[in-house]
Amino acid sequence: MTEQLNSDKELDLKGLPCPMPIVKVSKGIKDIEIGQVLKAVTTDPGSLNDFPAWARSSGNEILDTHQNGEEITFYIKRSA
Amino acid sequence: MKELQNQLEELKNKLESMDKKQASNQLSMVVFNGDLDKALAAFIMATGSVAMGMDAVMFFTFWGTSLLRDQKKPVKGKDIISKMFGFMIPKGAGKVKLSKMNMGGMGTAMIKSLMKKKNVASLEELITLAGELGVKIYICEMSMDLMGFKREEMIDYPDLTYCGVAKFLEEANNSRVQLFI
Repeated sequence: MTEQLNSDKELDLKGLPCPMPIVKVSKGIKDIEIGQVLKAVTTDPGSLNDFPAWARSSGNEILDTHQNGEEITFYIKRSA
Repeated sequence: MKELQNQLEELKNKLESMDKKQASNQLSMVVFNGDLDKALAAFIMATGSVAMGMDAVMFFTFWGTSLLRDQKKPVKGKDIISKMFGFMIPKGAGKVKLSKMNMGGMGTAMIKSLMKKKNVASLEELITLAGELGVKIYICEMSMDLMGFKREEMIDYPDLTYCGVAKFLEEANNSRVQLFI
């Protein structure tokens, strides 16, 4: 079990296939302030590559990623 | 000294004109095809690009225009050929077929039920989402006229404009990504 980061908001994206995880995370990140952290949980294996690509393009930072069975958890710091 | 100043001036002008020419972070897409699978790909890319922080513009032309017809809107006053075209071309996103393995509609029905089971957004849902996200839609006026489609039979979409090729080329010229579907 990895150490849990603190987050200011959580997004449950389980069961959603492409493109919904990145569409929802791009909306969700706007609900927190710059510097705050969003926790997003997906079950879409494609998001392992999609989230970093989205973060690079949108100028946000992925602090941590971990996988637990089917679930993938991202901690994303709003940086833009 | 004078020469240096001139060079500096020249450099400044060059930079300014380069700045103007620089494409913006935008995706411009031509949706020529009216098949379900290709339309899904187009709308997934359009909605995805907005999520990536880009602007997205879609141009619907030829068979693509049929994707934007509203099944529920009746139209009157069409001539016989337009009526025939209107009848033969799918009436809207809910009626379009797969480009492959349609098998008389069975394949399309199967993929739709699979999409539902796997929670994949339907074409209609993606169009609504695109509207919410601010994806701009342009429809080719000439195609509309050719197919005999009227403006009043097109869907209610927040940002929908009718145009010609020049508008597309202007947008494409300003976009870093251009696609033809």
